[in-house]
Amino acid sequence: MKARSLFARRLSDYLIKILSALAALIAIFALGWILSVVVSRGVSAFNLDFFTKLPTPPGISGGGLANAILGTLLITALASLIGIPIGMLAGVYLAEFGLDRPFASMIRFAANVVMGMPSIIIGVFVYTLVVKPAGHFSGYAGAIALAIIMLPLIARTSEDMLRLVPNSLRESALALGAPRWKVTLGVVFWSAKTGLITGALLALARISGETAPLLFTALNSSYWMRSPKEPTANLTVTIFNYAMSPYPDWKAKAWGASLLIMIAVLALSIFSRWIFREKKIRKG
Amino acid sequence: MLAIFFELVRNSGLSIKKFGLGFLLSMAWNPVTEDFGALTSIFGTVVSTIIAMIIAVPLSIITALFLVELAPPILSRIVGIGVELLAAVPSIIYGMWGLFVFAPFMADHIQPALGKTLGFLPLFQGPPMGIGMLSAGIILALMIIPFICAVTRDVFQMVPAAVKEAGFGMGSTTWEVTRKVTIRYGFRGVIGACFLGLGRAVGETMAVTFVIGNDHRISASLFSAGNSIASTLANEFAEAAEPIYLSSLIELGLVLFLITFLIQIFVQLWLRRIAKGMGDRL
Repeated sequence: MKARSLFARRLSDYLIKILSALAALIAIFALGWILSVVVSRGVSAFNLDFFTKLPTPPGISGGGLANAILGTLLITALASLIGIPIGMLAGVYLAEFGLDRPFASMIRFAANVVMGMPSIIIGVFVYTLVVKPAGHFSGYAGAIALAIIMLPLIARTSEDMLRLVPNSLRESALALGAPRWKVTLGVVFWSAKTGLITGALLALARISGETAPLLFTALNSSYWMRSPKEPTANLTVTIFNYAMSPYPDWKAKAWGASLLIMIAVLALSIFSRWIFREKKIRKG
Repeated sequence: MLAIFFELVRNSGLSIKKFGLGFLLSMAWNPVTEDFGALTSIFGTVVSTIIAMIIAVPLSIITALFLVELAPPILSRIVGIGVELLAAVPSIIYGMWGLFVFAPFMADHIQPALGKTLGFLPLFQGPPMGIGMLSAGIILALMIIPFICAVTRDVFQMVPAAVKEAGFGMGSTTWEVTRKVTIRYGFRGVIGACFLGLGRAVGETMAVTFVIGNDHRISASLFSAGNSIASTLANEFAEAAEPIYLSSLIELGLVLFLITFLIQIFVQLWLRRIAKGMGDRL
């Protein structure tokens, strides 16, 4: 190795320190920039009409996105209704019964791969599976697409959480004569509940900002939704359509909707982190 | 997963039959004459991803270093949370920001400067429009930094303290320990992290759709508009009325599926091998 002077070594060390601090600063700066822009432009779009009225045609001022807000809530709720129970059951299978059997590790592998799939592929998939045979876009299709995205996320996090439950707890319950299903439901689930909730909330945060799959499934509409069998208005596709439009009034609404989505997503992820930390502190 | 593959193949059957392998190599994209090819979209995906990786990989590795080795604990926690929040921001928000804030900024400040200094390269020629390949790549980079950074940080934290301390004991500076011990020790993990980010970048839809400009064209300049597989899908799906148009779009989806699938399989196998290797050693 070539000998270098102490000065040169110290200098390069110093330079790298500055460089790495700068890199971290760039990331934080970008976050701050994005957040501040969305907040400053979004707040001006908020008023009572925004939350209570239907959208108006371009050029006519006033109106709001009430139908899209409701639609997003409904699609997300439906998706959670499908995705959370199935995902948790899959997690239970992996953690309690499957363990290291070949079938279980195959499922785990598949879940990891699907987790890395772009959401737009899921959208196209549900389109060919649900929308095309039915002949029209629907809120149900949107919910199914989002549920498919949630599934592997929830399965994997709940498996991890269930595995954290110490085996001695399971064994003592079994020794008391409890049947296996009761042990799983009553003891293991109960002691892992904060972790399970955290996983579900994170998955919820992930899907509530999804746009691409909804574009292919739920589409959009400018009316009140009568049933989830119809194309359903939702915030993210509305943002997409309004942002691409040439009308300043619509663009302002798109910013308002962006702010709403961002608040929801960030609140969910911060909240889930917070309850998880609470648990750790209490335990530790 | 198999169902996804099967459905995509079935539904793109029409265009596979009509265009054959030429689909992948054809630059045509004309809904009127019903002539479709995937080359422009694949090109756009590859170029924007390469730009993103060039920017994101060094930045995230160095940020991870900052978090693990250099920053005081309290700062490291704050920055760490910030980076995680960056990952939580939905991609459509990146799109809005990219289209209305970042693209004008690029057009007014960065692109003219690049054109002036590096304008002799064909890469940086053309009118500064703001939207285009370069902007799309930069925004993609921002979006994948959190993912690469998080995994890299975990890898660096797994480096045993004893090894690092041995380095310091020899009188090395922090950077020397980092370069010769930490990075070397965690090298394979860092590669895995990069591929994870790559998988993200390839399939990212909304943000790219907003800023890439959506033009079926291959151009040498990074300033000009282009499209990617995902952005083509997002833009044209709703207006695809003819069966052949639709089936071509679905075949595009199939191409994207295969690309990300291969990346994912590689990442999973790679990470599993690392986990085993680390387990043996610890």
